Amino acid sequence: MSVPIARSTPPHTPYHPRWYRKRVSTYWWLLQWSYFRFVLRELTSLGVAYSCVILLCLIRALSLGPQAYEDLQKRLASPVFVALTVVSLLLVLFHTVTWFSLSARAMVVRMGGKRVPGVLISASNYVAWLVVSGLLAWLLLR
Amino acid sequence: MAKRPIEPLFWTLFSGGGVISAFFVPILLFLFALALPLGWITAPSYESLHHLVSLPLSRLFLFVVCSLPLFHWAHRFRYTLYDGLQIKHLNEFINVICYGGVIVGTVVSAYLLWNF
Amino acid sequence: MAENIDLDVARYSPERDESPSLQRYTVPLRKDWVVLDALNYIKDRVDGSVTFRWSCRMGVCGSCGMMVNGEPKLTCATFLSSYAPGPVRVEPLRYFPVVRDLVVEMSDFMTKFRRVKPWLVRKEEKPISEGEYLQTPEQLDNYKQFSMCINCTLCYSACPVYGLDPFFVGPAAIAMAQRYNLDSRDEGADERMDILAQHEGIWGCTFVGECTKACPKNVDPAGSIQQYKLTAAMHWFKTLLIPKTSK
Repeated sequence: MSVPIARSTPPHTPYHPRWYRKRVSTYWWLLQWSYFRFVLRELTSLGVAYSCVILLCLIRALSLGPQAYEDLQKRLASPVFVALTVVSLLLVLFHTVTWFSLSARAMVVRMGGKRVPGVLISASNYVAWLVVSGLLAWLLLR
Repeated sequence: MAKRPIEPLFWTLFSGGGVISAFFVPILLFLFALALPLGWITAPSYESLHHLVSLPLSRLFLFVVCSLPLFHWAHRFRYTLYDGLQIKHLNEFINVICYGGVIVGTVVSAYLLWNF
Repeated sequence: MAENIDLDVARYSPERDESPSLQRYTVPLRKDWVVLDALNYIKDRVDGSVTFRWSCRMGVCGSCGMMVNGEPKLTCATFLSSYAPGPVRVEPLRYFPVVRDLVVEMSDFMTKFRRVKPWLVRKEEKPISEGEYLQTPEQLDNYKQFSMCINCTLCYSACPVYGLDPFFVGPAAIAMAQRYNLDSRDEGADERMDILAQHEGIWGCTFVGECTKACPKNVDPAGSIQQYKLTAAMHWFKTLLIPKTSK
C-alpha cells in the first residue's frame, strides 16, 4: 500500500513548502484528562481478565475437593489478593458504568417512529443489571 | 473484491464479552473474591456450591462467563497496546499473546467444566 | 472585564523555521469578540504576516478550525471572553501537517473523504420524466443528523486514533458514508462496505468519543461509527452463513 499523504514530508522547494509534522508523543494519553479517562476505560479489561482467572481457579478448586476450596478461600483473603480484587472490582464496575453509556450511544432503538433517548436505554440496562445481580446472589447464597 | 477481514468476528465477540462482563462479572467477583473469603456473608456449604456448579446449565453459564469476557479483554487490550504504547509494528506478537491467551483460557475452562 | 487579553499564536514559516513557536500579541478584550476577531485584529493592525483560514465567520463553512488552548474549536464560534484573563493559545489543527502558521494541509482528509463515495449511488438513475425521489420525514430522520457535517475536521484533531494511525479513515468520512448508507434513495451501501470494512476503515476506531465532543454541528460521528460497526458485523455473519447474499 502506498504511503498516505499525511505521513510524507517532501523537502522544501521554492514551489512546495516544507510541512511541519509533529510526532504524536507516546504519552499522548496523559496530555488530556479525556484521553486519560479513555485509557482507564480500556484498562478495565484487565479487571475483567483477572475476574475470569479467579473464577477458573474457583471452579478448579471446587472440583478438587473441600480442602482445595478452603485453601483457595484463605488465599483470596490474604492482603495481596484482597488488594488486587478491590482494584479489579473498581475496574470492573467502571467497565459496567462506561459500557452502559457507550452502548446507549452505539445503538439506535426506534419505537413508534421516534428514537428512544439514550438515557432510557442506559437506565433499563442498570435496572437489568441490578435484577441479574440480585438473582445471582440469591441463587448462590440461599 | 478485497480480502475478507476477520475483524467483524473479533468485534462481535468483544461486544458479547463486554455485555456479559458488564452484567455478570461485578457481582461474581464481589461475592467469590471478596465477600465470601472475608466472611462478610455466611458462606454456602461446599456441597451445595459443588452441586450448584455441577448442573449442566450452570456449567454452560460459567463457560460463557469465563470465555467471552476473556475475549473482550484480548481485543480491547490489543488495541490499548497498539494505541497506548504505539507498538503496532509488534502486532503479530501482540495478537499471539492476546488471542492465544484467550484460546488457552477457553480450552482450560471447557476442560474444567466438562470434567467437573 | 479587563481591557486586553494576550494571544499566543503559533508561527511557522517553512523557509525560516525548523518547528513552530508561539508569538504573543495583545488584543482588546471585547465582550462580543470571538477568537477569529482577535486574529483578524492582529492581522489588520499588528502583524500582517499571520496566516490563517476563515470565511463565513458564522460556523457553517468549516474553514476556521484551530486548536484553542489545546482543544479543537471553530474560532468563529469561540468567544474570547470565555478565556479571560488569558493568555489564549492558538495553534493549527492537531494531527495535520502544518503548511504555515495556523494553516494545515487537508489533502489526507480530502482523499479519505472521497474514498467513501459521499454521493448518492444508484444502480439505475430514475429518468427525469418520472419525477423526484420521494422521501418521508421518517426516512429523512434516519440520516439527517449525519448530513449536518461541515467538513471542519475538528473531529480529526480530536481523534487520537487518527493521530496514531496514518491509514485510519476518520470520523467525518465514516459519518458521511453512514449519511448516504441510511439515505433511502441510495443503493451504494455494499460498495461502501467493501471500502470501510477493511482494517483501516472502521475497525481502527476504539470509540474514544472525542470526535463527538469536538463536533460543532452535533453530527455524533462516534455514534455513527459504532452503528456502522454493528451493520458491518451483521453483514459479515450474513455473508458467512448465506453465501448468496454476497455480491
